[in-house]
Amino acid sequence: MDKGLSLRHVTISKGGAPLLSVHHDIGPGEVLTVMGPSGVGKSTLLAFITGTLAPDFQATGEVCLDGHDITHAPPHQRRVGILFQDDLLFPHLSVGANLAFGLQPGGTTTERKAKIAEALDEVGLSGFETRDPATLSGGQKARVALMRMLLSEPCGLLLDEPFSRLDAALRAQVRDMVFDRARARELPVLMVTHDAEDARAAGGVIVTLGD
Amino acid sequence: MLGPVVAGLWGTLLPAFGHLPAAGITGPSLDPFRDLFDWAGLPRAMVLSVSTGLIATAASLLIVMLITAGWSGTRPFRLLERLLSPLLSVPHAAAAFGLAFLIAPSGWLSRLVSPGLTGWDRPPDLLIVQDTWGLTMTAGLIVKEVPFLLLITLAALGQADARRSVAISQALGYGRLTGWLKTVFPRVYAQIRPPIYVVLAYSMSVVDVAVILGPNTPPPLSVQIVKWMSDPDLAMRLEGAAGALLQLLLVIGALVFWRLGEMAARVIGQRWIIAGRRGRFDAVTAQIALGFGTACALAVLLGVVVLTIWSFAGYWGFPDALPDQLTWRNWMRHGPGTMEALGETALIAGIVALAALILTIGCLEAEYRYGLHISQRGIWLLYLPLLIPQTAFLPGLQTLLLGIGADVGRGPVMAAHLVFVLPYVFLSLADPFRAWDARMGTIAAALRASPNGVLWRVRLPMLLRPILTALAVGLAVSVGQYLPTLLIGGGRVATLTTEAVALASGGDRRAIGVYGLMQTGAALVPFALALLVPALVWRNRRGLRHG
Repeated sequence: MDKGLSLRHVTISKGGAPLLSVHHDIGPGEVLTVMGPSGVGKSTLLAFITGTLAPDFQATGEVCLDGHDITHAPPHQRRVGILFQDDLLFPHLSVGANLAFGLQPGGTTTERKAKIAEALDEVGLSGFETRDPATLSGGQKARVALMRMLLSEPCGLLLDEPFSRLDAALRAQVRDMVFDRARARELPVLMVTHDAEDARAAGGVIVTLGD
Repeated sequence: MLGPVVAGLWGTLLPAFGHLPAAGITGPSLDPFRDLFDWAGLPRAMVLSVSTGLIATAASLLIVMLITAGWSGTRPFRLLERLLSPLLSVPHAAAAFGLAFLIAPSGWLSRLVSPGLTGWDRPPDLLIVQDTWGLTMTAGLIVKEVPFLLLITLAALGQADARRSVAISQALGYGRLTGWLKTVFPRVYAQIRPPIYVVLAYSMSVVDVAVILGPNTPPPLSVQIVKWMSDPDLAMRLEGAAGALLQLLLVIGALVFWRLGEMAARVIGQRWIIAGRRGRFDAVTAQIALGFGTACALAVLLGVVVLTIWSFAGYWGFPDALPDQLTWRNWMRHGPGTMEALGETALIAGIVALAALILTIGCLEAEYRYGLHISQRGIWLLYLPLLIPQTAFLPGLQTLLLGIGADVGRGPVMAAHLVFVLPYVFLSLADPFRAWDARMGTIAAALRASPNGVLWRVRLPMLLRPILTALAVGLAVSVGQYLPTLLIGGGRVATLTTEAVALASGGDRRAIGVYGLMQTGAALVPFALALLVPALVWRNRRGLRHG
């Protein structure tokens, strides 16, 4: 069983006109960066991998994650984590409850609380459990969103322009944090971006679409 | 939802051509139509129906468009927006009673200025309420349709990019109102056409407002149809069915006429745009429109106030502005009756609104999960039960139910209410439900939440406020239903609305005050809760305060 995320002959088209084709293996802890101007279908590729492709697109090819073919699996059984440029924390839940939403079921309440406290601690947000996500700063929200995703124990990670809403100082900091965590957990990462600096910092293979 | 409408129309068509086996009459024959055309009141009844519908629709549309054009984004407009929910939730019957109590010769307005300004020490002998030409009835419809059209317009404005269009026209030297009419109005109108047609069809065939404010000799066609249909002599139903069919034709004719008017307005409007006039009378026009809009709002609000006063009034002689004493006696006397009617009303409205909400969420969620799109044609289908006049298919439905021996009563009444409640609940919830950020769903699914988990744990809680608002809309619509309750209930289902309208002929203002106020409360309280509950539940969640 080969670990990692494999895109095999993936082609996405709309109304018969091909949008993009990708064929690539991303090993554990590696980053593949997909670049290209907006409108070229970068996010569509991610929607295909998460299983949320809009019905007006057609896709062929296979997606394999850790040796399992997930091309036709329902979105919630794919074990693919995703971060968007907006933090998309659930506004009706506290910070702690957002993390608990991500945390895999199992364990006693005390154990779950401990795991959440630990996760917050890891990103320097100790004691933030009861906070309203809307009262957090941009950097803090990004960190909560990252930990929420990691607590769901994904086997692969998708990043959709994840840092473009952050200002320059925060950007490098959050970016390093995301890539460090992904490497430490040996997750294959697929990032789409139009920012050359993000692509350089990722340090992996860069594919450019729409040429 | 088309089933009952089609069945009802069929049930109208057969007796209209002299076929009613239940009464031992078999057709086909044209006798029912001959009887109908022999009725001396028919020409006046038809004219009343058409004139009320066209004037009420045109006037409320004009007021709403001019107010929005002249004032959107300003402080008076925001005040009007805030008043919208309470104004909308006051049922038609209660608003009509309130208006009658305000403007009747012995009404509150006349009391307030008498004898000081007028010198009247007894009510002047004027026929204001139930006037022969139905002008008061038309006014009663306008005050209720203005808030409805304003709500629909506000929803359409969101997609019309109005602010920038007006800013650009103003930069080109156009007045605010003229700029809005020339740039935003065409887009907005295209979106609000279905509800305008609904207003037209409704105003032409309304029964409860017509019973309260409309003329008696002859009454508008819709009221006469109901009279025929409630006649103990079953043979009268044939004439009623023929009248119902005529009513349907009148509504279709008026809709066609309106459509032709739209085309004419389009040609004239284009000429007006090309002429390039910048609008010299903008300020005056806007002031007049605001005046009318305020009058509509005040008519409803003061109407509720005067209902309240009457419900507590002891002796209240004519020129006195207020009653001699306030008393609980009216409430003691009518309390038990209203509580019984309230129970019936709440039971029916609760079940119907909840059913409509579940159906709506089911439809919208299926649309989201399976990526379906509802076409413009689908939207018209949704509006169809609201476009066919109630008087045209409810009598037929009743006849059919009687014919197959189905028991009239609460169950069929609920089913009939659902036909009218569902479209409003759907229209109220569809936009916020679709506007929900689908990436939230992607995130939740990526966090391994199942589709049902996403719905129950993320989407519905986030949409708590629009969901409760839609539920309140459903309750208010059901509470306000008069004709379905009366006809399908066979006179045996007594809700606050049927009881209140039944009081109209008696003229007992204290009883009407009690029932009208209860009816208003039954519709208004759910709206208040729909605002209050999310504010309490999400009091510590800033991200949901405006969502």
